[in-house]
Amino acid sequence: MSIDMKQFYAVFFEEVSEHLANMESLLLAINIESPSLDDLNAVFRAAHSIKGGAGIFAFDDMTEVTHILETLLDKLRKQETILTSEMIDAFLQAGDLLAELKEAHQEGGEVDPDKVKTLCKSLESLSAERAVSPESAENNSAAETVCREITFLTEEKEDISTLLRELAEFAELSCSCDIQDGYKKWCLTLAEASVSDDELIDCITFFAEPGSIVITGLEVKEEKKQEEDAFGLFAEENTHALIENDSFGIFDELPVNSNNDSDDLPAQPSLLLPKAAESAEQETQSYGFFSDEDKHIEKKPVPAGRLKSAVKSSRNGSESSSSIRVNTEKVDQLINQVGELVITQAMLTQISALLDPSEHEILLNRLTQLERNTRDLQESVMSIRMMPISFVFARFPRVVRDLSSKLHKKINLKMIGDETELDKGLVEKLADPLTHLIRNSIDHGIEMPEIRLAQGKEEIGTITLFAFYQGGNVVINVSDDGAGLNREKITAKAAERGLNISDSMTDNEVYQLIFSAGFSTAEKVTDVSGRGVGMDVVKRNIVEMGGQVEIHSDLGLGSTISIRLPLTLAILDGMSISVGDHIYIIPLTFICESLQPQTENIKTINGKGTVVKVRGEYIPLLALHQLFNIETQVHQPSDGILVLLESSNKKIALLVDQLVGQQQVVLKSLETNFHAVPCISGATIMGDGRVALILDAAGLISSME
Amino acid sequence: MQETKSEADTGHNFISEMTGTEESGYLTFTLGDEEYGIDILTVQEIRGYDSVTSIANMPEFIKGVINLRGIIVPIVDMRIKFNLGDVTYHEMTVVIILNIADRVVGMVVDGVSDVISLSREQIKEAPEFGAVVDTKYIKGLGVVDQRMLILIDIENLMSSKEMALVEQLA
Repeated sequence: MSIDMKQFYAVFFEEVSEHLANMESLLLAINIESPSLDDLNAVFRAAHSIKGGAGIFAFDDMTEVTHILETLLDKLRKQETILTSEMIDAFLQAGDLLAELKEAHQEGGEVDPDKVKTLCKSLESLSAERAVSPESAENNSAAETVCREITFLTEEKEDISTLLRELAEFAELSCSCDIQDGYKKWCLTLAEASVSDDELIDCITFFAEPGSIVITGLEVKEEKKQEEDAFGLFAEENTHALIENDSFGIFDELPVNSNNDSDDLPAQPSLLLPKAAESAEQETQSYGFFSDEDKHIEKKPVPAGRLKSAVKSSRNGSESSSSIRVNTEKVDQLINQVGELVITQAMLTQISALLDPSEHEILLNRLTQLERNTRDLQESVMSIRMMPISFVFARFPRVVRDLSSKLHKKINLKMIGDETELDKGLVEKLADPLTHLIRNSIDHGIEMPEIRLAQGKEEIGTITLFAFYQGGNVVINVSDDGAGLNREKITAKAAERGLNISDSMTDNEVYQLIFSAGFSTAEKVTDVSGRGVGMDVVKRNIVEMGGQVEIHSDLGLGSTISIRLPLTLAILDGMSISVGDHIYIIPLTFICESLQPQTENIKTINGKGTVVKVRGEYIPLLALHQLFNIETQVHQPSDGILVLLESSNKKIALLVDQLVGQQQVVLKSLETNFHAVPCISGATIMGDGRVALILDAAGLISSME
Repeated sequence: MQETKSEADTGHNFISEMTGTEESGYLTFTLGDEEYGIDILTVQEIRGYDSVTSIANMPEFIKGVINLRGIIVPIVDMRIKFNLGDVTYHEMTVVIILNIADRVVGMVVDGVSDVISLSREQIKEAPEFGAVVDTKYIKGLGVVDQRMLILIDIENLMSSKEMALVEQLA
């Protein structure tokens, strides 16, 4: 029997990518001086999951790398060795290597085996040299054999003689008992015993009141160790859950609580929460929809705080655990169908308008209800495609870290509003332009630390990514507190390149020059930037998405580049216009204004066509009916309407018969079943079921040249 | 009926590919005086000619696009393309919606006749001349009860350069 392994491979590869991404973000967030055990555990889990999967599919190279990675991580979380920045580097490298290996298995390529060996060696050596001396390691793990005081409550009539006998088998036992409010408070002292806390708790749980068990090491020094040990146990259980893939099976094992302050002791149900949270988190990881940012909240391993953060993440976890992985094709199909429904509904409304309202009152009421329901449905369906922008943002800490260390700059990356949602298609297309902008900020924006200090700025530069909603748009700002754009430098460079410049240009116009192809003010070409490809590509990509790019800059204080995008690719705000009996849609983002021209403002330039004077500016005029060979009554610009379009700093005036109205339209590609058409960017379906074509403003403008 | 021994490539290959007495279904339609057949499996549906949005600066036979339940579908008029029949549009004008290589295309014809099955014996090699459609797009000639069908390799025809439906690599 042959099973189609391909589908399993696909799932595995997808999961590996998610685990790696998760691992990377955790590693970058880790505080080297006091790494949080939660984070280390999460990294360990990610590595472990990859190892498990790789083992199943017999990807031995991946198993090998993850195994060594795991060994070192395991030492770290058991605190047998101390985290160093070299380790983080090595972990990141290992992550990259794993991604490469994954790619190789996926695409059928090959990775240099030496590379694997080198990395394994460096990880092994790190794990060997950093090992704490055996003696102290012994000391740490010796927490299991110290003298312990156990206190717990039982009901008054409870007979614990069996328990005492059992405990006495472990080690020498002394016992005292108080009666409080109908409960017996037992205080047992257990001499050095080679029994772990959770074994003890297992025994006692049968008798004790829930949540009342407290185990304390007798000496202060020992206490600390025990606390640490307890964390080790938590970790142990987590791994356990992962391997068994049955996180609920561990609920009957009570967690160890080595808090000495019994007043502070959380009730038992909340004790269970960390585990629930962990298991929920594991699910989260496999869906990969939410990053478990809550983990970063508590950096210091303080038990109470830990519980708090765990409770929080359990809430997060239970939300995310209800998400499912769906093929985008299915979602798009759903969106299409709902779009159809909306059109059908619009047609019904149109027909119903002909009916006598008094005779068909009920029908008309129901139709209104239908309209409302369809709109709600459309909105919900569109929201399925929405993704938080954190999916793109997540890669930037790494970019900043790698680049800044390469350029010997000190840079701090701040990300605000990464929960802002926008269309999946847009999120994916944003990655490249944003990476470019950030690289630019690092290379050109932020100065070297010495220069910053000399200028009275903080040594560490800051790059801020800020995403927020504004109207129907999403705005993403990439700002840095670096040098800012230098007007003189730009104009000088532009003049050198023969671009059209004048002293009367506004700052904004000057800044726009950096978007022209091949433009760079970098003194020397580095492998980071300076080649002058980039900003024009950024601009083009954003415009293709129906967005705009703006620049604000203060010399010496920094610059901000704002990207303004529509919320979704699938819907666009358009102005419908008519020419003859044809209807066309113009995307609103390209329209500056529309006007009815006076005859005296229309000038014909010999051999160069017609221009229109608008507030002193001469704008070339394009008659749509001529371009598209459409019969219409409107031939003179003064009889129709001029729509001023602007793209890439160029303007044209488009002559149309009239404006029909402004509306949101669902964008459809002509290329699915046909091919690209000059000056048309797509099509949409109007309320009456007919197709209307969407004009490509950029294409129209370039058709004038 | 004319039968030649020519090695009209497509026709020849097509016939040799067919095995045994296996029958294939064909949708037949008329263009002018000629009757044509296309593989029934390429046909998605048949509908009336209605509300076509024209596209500027396209060849005359590309009538424009329609909304087929949310999908934008281009419409070609075979009568204009092959100079056959009178090109009028009325309630009875028929559009055959084809689904070829994951693309949906509509074509206007004079009329749809029926669906027939042809066995291998009923299909003859295509003559070199005799039809308005280029021989390289003709699979063969089907003979049923004194009727002669020109079997079109619709897939090749619709993706050909002359139909201008698919973006051609420059």
